[in-house]
Amino acid sequence: MKPVREDLLAAGPAERRRHARSLFFTALCAISAAIVLVPLGSILLYVVERGASGLSWTFFTALPKPVGETGGGMGNAVAGSLVLIGLACLFGLPVGVLAGVYLAEVGRGRLAAAIRFTADVLAGVPSITIGVFVYALVVVSMRRFSAIAGGLALALVMIPTVTRTTEELLRLVPPNLREAALGLGVPAWRTTVFVVLRTAAPGIATGVMLAVARVAGETAPLLFTAMSSRYWAAGLDRPIASLPVQILTYATSPYADWQAQAWTGALCLVAIVLVLNLAARAVAARSLGARR
Amino acid sequence: MTTAPPVARGPLSSEPPPLPDPEPVARIQVRKLHAWFGGFHAVRDVSLDIPTRKVTAVIGPSGCGKSTFLRCLNRLHELTPGARAEGSVLLDGVDVYGRRVDPVVLRRRVGMVFQKPNPFPTMSIRDNVLAGHLLSGTRVPDPEAMVERSLRQVALWDEVKDKLDQSGMSLSGGQQQRLCIARVLAVEPEVILLDEPCSALDPIATARIEELLGELESRYTIVLVTHNMQQAARTSDYTAFFYLGDLVELDRTTTIFTNPKERRTEDYVTGRFG
Ligand SMILES: Nc1ncnc2c1ncn2[C@@H]1O[C@H](COP(=O)(O)OP(=O)(O)OP(=O)(O)O)[C@@H](O)[C@H]1O
Ligand SMILES: [Mg+2]
Repeated sequence: MKPVREDLLAAGPAERRRHARSLFFTALCAISAAIVLVPLGSILLYVVERGASGLSWTFFTALPKPVGETGGGMGNAVAGSLVLIGLACLFGLPVGVLAGVYLAEVGRGRLAAAIRFTADVLAGVPSITIGVFVYALVVVSMRRFSAIAGGLALALVMIPTVTRTTEELLRLVPPNLREAALGLGVPAWRTTVFVVLRTAAPGIATGVMLAVARVAGETAPLLFTAMSSRYWAAGLDRPIASLPVQILTYATSPYADWQAQAWTGALCLVAIVLVLNLAARAVAARSLGARR
Repeated sequence: MTTAPPVARGPLSSEPPPLPDPEPVARIQVRKLHAWFGGFHAVRDVSLDIPTRKVTAVIGPSGCGKSTFLRCLNRLHELTPGARAEGSVLLDGVDVYGRRVDPVVLRRRVGMVFQKPNPFPTMSIRDNVLAGHLLSGTRVPDPEAMVERSLRQVALWDEVKDKLDQSGMSLSGGQQQRLCIARVLAVEPEVILLDEPCSALDPIATARIEELLGELESRYTIVLVTHNMQQAARTSDYTAFFYLGDLVELDRTTTIFTNPKERRTEDYVTGRFG
């Protein structure tokens, strides 16, 4: 038998250098991750610290009190935000998803490229520009600020993300599933809806919820469109309160009570965004589980 | 998106050599079929008859156009971006590239099984069997019976009858492929196209599928693309040999493997190239 050379598989100088480099980069990544977490964590903590004390039942049910009086709540703003998000989904989701389907399934050549480019540019447009645009288009012609205008502005902020997410996720659906359906004599549009969209649905839902979460916190597009209101919404064609705008108003006011309420409003907004994000994760996780 | 221009459907001038055996009727008659991917001419001037209720194997080296040829038969080829086909494929005398033909109707009569098992991941085993009907929105009078019948036909019933509600993805590769065949059978086609259905399967699963082909033969016209010469020899009645997009020879399988007319066929089946 040949003598066993113990050092045959031992690390030489080159391996040790490699280990050192690996350690260095791992540490670098960990530190960066920590740096990212610090501001996020401190925002959360700070918002909770400043806002939690103002949480009460009346905060969600009461209207703001007139200037000078303390107390009252942001009930109309919470409800208004939900209405605006709902309207944004109503306007934005069908258009966004269908445009994504078009890009992934139907569109070829110039037109598709133009739409894709537009969506990418639109995604980068500052949201205040969208607010001004909707102001010129809707508010001026309706001659009043309205929930509809606000919902439209939010929808325009949302559409590019939804479109591109939908397109990307539809492209991930294996082509052999499409062919399987077509080969069974399933009409093309039914294949698109019941096989391709259906298979990509959990992913699209995740993307949509992230887009909604982003839109929930938008203030700029609402300033010139939904405006604000001190009362419960009187109708979709009237100005409507929203959490971001209410927070802005209260936070910049000179009254200590309002400033405290702004923190509670901010906490509320963070909570809504958090819930939407968690829901998105849950949907994604469940769909991954189902694939396995 | 492209269909044959009218010129390709003129008088069928280049008759293929008649089948050596006059008995089986040709249900599919391919005449002067060409297929392109963009500028690439993948199938060149193929004319042949595919006998009814027989297994016809299509063999040839990789890239010679077997899959493309097969996909021209149910008009899946034209769905590839940039792809087009010319010529005619007569199914019971009707040109499937004719102007009044709806590819959707055609594909219900000419089913296809793909190389990689591709059950629908969002559907249960039961729904996968019924997929052709469910997805098309057609009503099935007795779905349970249809599921059982189709699964029995592919000898899968006993293995899955207790878990029909589980995902189709929970089956083994061979079971998935049989499920995909069951799914095609449930649409009740007359012709079944199989593109290397066993290439992802182990020998035992392969043997089961081959056995199954033998049983299906009495009722269906089967076209089987395969890389496996033994498989072609074992399962098929006729064999077509393709080379570089051309149909070199179509004859009884025994003739192709023992006494082919063409030199290229002989070289291929004896393993001298390919
Ligand atoms: N989507 C495509 N785009 C462009 N060319 C293609 C495409 N699909 C196939 N081809 C080309 O067409 C020719 C025929 O391809 P095909 O898939 O029909 O071959 P095959 O005989 O089935 O091969 P294999 O045995 O490897 O499956 C090949 O040369 C291939 O490169
Ligand atoms: Mg192939």
